[in-house]
Amino acid sequence: MRYAMVIDTLKCVGCSDCVVACQTENDVPIGFCRDWITETVNGSYPNLDLELKSERCNHCDNAPCVRCCPTGASHITDGGIVLVTADECIGCGACIESCPYDARYQHPDGYVDKCTFCHHRLEKGQLPACVSVCPTKCMYFGDLDNPQSEVSQLLKNRKHKTLAPEAGTNPHVFYLI
Amino acid sequence: MQEELFTSGRNIPHIDPYLQIWHWPISLYLFLGGIAAGILFFAALFYVLGKENEYPAAVKFAAIIPPIALSIGLLALVYDLTHKLYTWRLYTTFRIESPMSWGAWVLLIVTPLSILWLFSYYAEIYPKTEEKLQLLKKFKFLATFEQFLKTNRIYIAYALIPLTLVLGVYTGILLSAFNARPLWNNAILGPLFLTSGLSTGAASIILMAKTTKEKHLFGKIDLGLIIIELALIVHMIMGYYAGSQVQLEAMQLLVGGDFTLMFFGFVVLLGLIVPATLELIELIGYKVPVIVPAMLVILGGLIFRFVMVEAGQLTRFLY
Repeated sequence: MRYAMVIDTLKCVGCSDCVVACQTENDVPIGFCRDWITETVNGSYPNLDLELKSERCNHCDNAPCVRCCPTGASHITDGGIVLVTADECIGCGACIESCPYDARYQHPDGYVDKCTFCHHRLEKGQLPACVSVCPTKCMYFGDLDNPQSEVSQLLKNRKHKTLAPEAGTNPHVFYLI
Repeated sequence: MQEELFTSGRNIPHIDPYLQIWHWPISLYLFLGGIAAGILFFAALFYVLGKENEYPAAVKFAAIIPPIALSIGLLALVYDLTHKLYTWRLYTTFRIESPMSWGAWVLLIVTPLSILWLFSYYAEIYPKTEEKLQLLKKFKFLATFEQFLKTNRIYIAYALIPLTLVLGVYTGILLSAFNARPLWNNAILGPLFLTSGLSTGAASIILMAKTTKEKHLFGKIDLGLIIIELALIVHMIMGYYAGSQVQLEAMQLLVGGDFTLMFFGFVVLLGLIVPATLELIELIGYKVPVIVPAMLVILGGLIFRFVMVEAGQLTRFLY
């Protein structure tokens, strides 16, 4: 089992529904986000190219945050999901410094928080909150180890990229381009 | 030409526009940890070499600094944690890949050893305090314990030499282990912070020294360490210069950006080159009040930690 998220940048309209769904589902404190939208314009006038995408923790295989955590609070659980155990976290901030995606933040209660791929929903057989609300259905979620899964098929058939592959983290959020 | 015109992006009020998680307590700790490691290293080294009475400041008198520096440093570290009640979690596990875990364990050993080292010399370096308090006379077990420490001092010294080196290197490795912060992510930072720690340690010993012989010896040691440190800084800059785009941008902060004056003015010039020149002039035979170069080295070391911690957090991966 290896969970992965695939996001179609050609279908994303940047509505921020995923952001709001996450904040509601996970009770994210005001002023923080576990996921966010970026908007990039490439090219030179008049040949411009707009790319919208929803970003979050990349649940890396080679996760720098897990490597540098002094207590083992940051760990990789079943399906390759990177999680933080709140009552093992001392709030030292090492994982925040180590993340090339700046995906982590210090929760006002002190521990470090971030996207969990909605681990609690997956256990009930539901999709992550962001994926389940996307109005353009540009987000896909599934098991990469299963060659028949929707995500495996999309990555097989479509051009895609990951964020900052040069950081050597082997991220598991993929963007179709 | 393809060029990125703009990236709007994240607007998360409490996280963006850039990361600042580590504040002044971390810089202060890195400085205090370095200075304590430096002093304890020289104390243990000169004790093992049998020069205890020849260089009393290094072995005995400066021993008051490490326990105080480490205590303040540890308080600063805990102050900077946001989930303080769980600090004990550091000591329920040892994580070989995490520099901070190494640091936590090394501190847990070095801090008590530094207190024991000081206590073993207490009656000798503070005879007046002992006369007033009569601690060793009133409490028999303290006197017995002191005797025990005195006879076993050599083992503490043997333990301290490698442990202080690990402590000194760790203050740098703590930062260099993050590939997400290009300014920190270079292998030279560990040796550089160790050298800087040893140099500030030597400077503190110069301040405590009473004989010209000891002042001169540590002046020479400090001079050598400053030259090594300058060479390591050149290597660090060359490393950025030969690096990838993210490292080139990180270098800009030091060589042509917000931290240039702090780095080249206060750290390199006033903290290294000027004191090195003054120490050289003094060694040749001219009279220079040693407090000047020694204080410059110590302040330079402190500013160096602040520059590296603050500037490093402004650098990030591009994507």
